[in-house]
Amino acid sequence: MAKIVVDVMLKPEILDPQGTAVGAALPRLGFTFAKSVRQGKRFEIEIDGEPTAEQLAQVEKAAETLLANPVIETFTVRVEK
Amino acid sequence: MKVGVVTFPGTLDDRDAARAVRFAGGQAISLWHGDADLHGVDAVILPGGFSYGDYLRCGAISRFAPVMQSIIKRANEGMPLLGICNGFQVLCEAHLLPGALTRNHELHFLCRDQKISIENTTSAWTSAYSQGQEIVIPLKNGEGSFQCDDQTLATLENEGRIIARYVGENPNGSRNLIAGITNERGNVVGLMPHPEHAIDALTGPTADGLSFFTSLLHSMVGK
Repeated sequence: MAKIVVDVMLKPEILDPQGTAVGAALPRLGFTFAKSVRQGKRFEIEIDGEPTAEQLAQVEKAAETLLANPVIETFTVRVEK
Repeated sequence: MKVGVVTFPGTLDDRDAARAVRFAGGQAISLWHGDADLHGVDAVILPGGFSYGDYLRCGAISRFAPVMQSIIKRANEGMPLLGICNGFQVLCEAHLLPGALTRNHELHFLCRDQKISIENTTSAWTSAYSQGQEIVIPLKNGEGSFQCDDQTLATLENEGRIIARYVGENPNGSRNLIAGITNERGNVVGLMPHPEHAIDALTGPTADGLSFFTSLLHSMVGK
């Protein structure tokens, strides 16, 4: 069994009020390391066996069609051992 | 004149949208998300609410409902289509309108009577207004911030495709105070505030919203 991970992030130019709110909360808790915070989504997709090139291409297509909105978001697809 | 009003799981404003159609003199036809048959309607409204619980992104899952495949086809052929609030989000996800609606810039869910100005009176849904007319209708959303790239924004501005703008302070961070836009052809309109909640003084803050629905009837009768 393998796990395919799709990470989705808002494009840099798109306002991310949730990330900004998290970034503002950190120093209130004494965490002063963050210059900025952006918040995204992570999808974990389990499949049987090792993924084939065709399956990965299908995941790319699914990410582009449904998991991410390419108008405002970017995504990456990778296989996690 | 038959106007379809779609109900997805989680739609809230279908009844008010149907009532607004009837107030304007049309016949409202309920359309179910799982049924691809449009039952002979002349126009369609995608009402507000939280279709599919806003899971993934607002409107992202509704876009793939059977009824949407028929609606997208007919809209591309020129059928008038109005998306209000969640309906606007569905139209953007379906790529019938450019851009996307994202989380309000101050993160709060808004529910208020909002002044907007009508900027385009040539669309199928706004012809009964006068250019620059200011109206007050309810605005209620958590993800109503209209975002798009600079080139799309310039196109919308240059082609006069901004239907309405917020007046006064920007309520949700929308680019250029955009409250609603239309497609190139002018038959598809997306609007974040709710005209269907403002069609008579008894149940709404004003009756200012009714003209969206009478505009449609006028535009259809003229054809």
